[in-house]
Amino acid sequence: MTVPDELHYTREHEWVAIAGTTASVGITDHAQHALGDVVYVSLPSAGSKVTAGEPCGEVESTKSVSDIFAPVDGEVAEVNAEIEENPGLVNADPYGAGWLFKVTLSASAADELPAGLLSAAEYEELIAAEE
Amino acid sequence: MTGPDAAPLRRTPLTGVHERLGAVLTGFAGWLMPLRYGSEAAEHKAVRTAAGLFDLSHMGEITVTGPGAAAALDYALVGQPSALAPGRARYTMICAPDGGIIDDLIVYRLSGEEFLVVANAANTPAVFQALADRAGHDAQVADRTADYALIALQGPRAEHILASLTSADLAGVKYYASYPATVAGTRILLARTGYTGEDGFELFTPPQEAERIWAALTAAGEADGLVPAGLAARDTLRLEAGMPLYGNELGPDLTPFDAGLGRVVKLDKPGDFVGRAALAERALAAPQRELVGLVGRSRRVPRHGYDVLWDAAACGTVTSGAPSPTLGRPIAMAYVTPRAALQARQSDQDGEHGRLAVDIRGSAEPADLVPLPFYRRPA
Repeated sequence: MTVPDELHYTREHEWVAIAGTTASVGITDHAQHALGDVVYVSLPSAGSKVTAGEPCGEVESTKSVSDIFAPVDGEVAEVNAEIEENPGLVNADPYGAGWLFKVTLSASAADELPAGLLSAAEYEELIAAEE
Repeated sequence: MTGPDAAPLRRTPLTGVHERLGAVLTGFAGWLMPLRYGSEAAEHKAVRTAAGLFDLSHMGEITVTGPGAAAALDYALVGQPSALAPGRARYTMICAPDGGIIDDLIVYRLSGEEFLVVANAANTPAVFQALADRAGHDAQVADRTADYALIALQGPRAEHILASLTSADLAGVKYYASYPATVAGTRILLARTGYTGEDGFELFTPPQEAERIWAALTAAGEADGLVPAGLAARDTLRLEAGMPLYGNELGPDLTPFDAGLGRVVKLDKPGDFVGRAALAERALAAPQRELVGLVGRSRRVPRHGYDVLWDAAACGTVTSGAPSPTLGRPIAMAYVTPRAALQARQSDQDGEHGRLAVDIRGSAEPADLVPLPFYRRPA
């Protein structure tokens, strides 16, 4: 399973890439592998507020449905429209073309890394413990 | 996570093969089984268009032998195995005295006094016990699950692939027939049965030969697009084919009539059988529920246990649901009230949609009632 060093992670298997005041969010390679073929993703709408640790969408696979948890506080700036047409992108390229949505961080969140996010090393430990 | 009391999962003679193939393995009915090797949708489509190879060694094999074997099975099951010609097989069920389903089965008559009963993995101990209790002294019942590996080769290319490994006359093997054959140099029991909605074969092999036969099939099928397929694909294949699964469409609180499978109950066979009185009564009673097919209008997937709604009021329960790789839409089987089924068909005729729905985590997602199966293989 790939766990890119430059990203941060949640315990619920989302990744987040923070650049300035924008956070891009997706689900991890480990998560897509565990879910199997993703057939539908329900995303928060652009402009809506999300709260770190709260569900803000769903990923449906053949066998199950899972919540997407917001990794950060903020306002949804953009959602990946490609995912609607081709949810398999989440399996094929979870850290790239399979990104889910972007959040404009709230002022407080932009100053420092939101609490509770894991580093790549910490996330690798988490998934190793789950195996 | 397994608790301290959990028994270790049983390995099949092919578990090592699945591990080497990088399969996602899962606990299923006490066995460690391949859920999928890569994309389960790709495995599903391969079975529909080419062929798939399945390890079904978790299924239970129970033999019933002896001069009283046929009579014992006629008494123990709702069907009439005594009427089977040697080499033929039948889908049937074993019921409790109250008519509730203990398991659904395939019974193969291997010879005049020898039957092979194939049971679901989770139910094998219960089926064995019920058969042993119901058999007289002139029939021997034995759980032979550990003596067989079971490999299924399913799909339109199955016959072509198998033909390269056997001199048996495959074109002469009818659906639901079985006979001893030599495949890849090993004597096995070859059956033309399956649970995918496609043509195909099931190979009952000696466990120690399973890896070799699996490898021979894999090599023989490479040019035909044969792929290994896991339990995830098996479930969506059987669902598209409208085949019931024990624990979903079938269970101890349901009779074969509930599942629309009253035809397996041979009330006209001579002699008594377990469940006869209850099932005879049930055959005449007005049905309490109907097993129907649903196709979702949204992309959200109805799942086992979700409520079915008619005009926003609960009228039934989803038993199995999945995204259908063939239809490209969510499909489900559900038990609904006969009244709701009737209303849904009527409103469909009237061109009126949207009154039938599935409660998908709080949201009423419209669905259409369709005849089962969802998929029928091209003739």
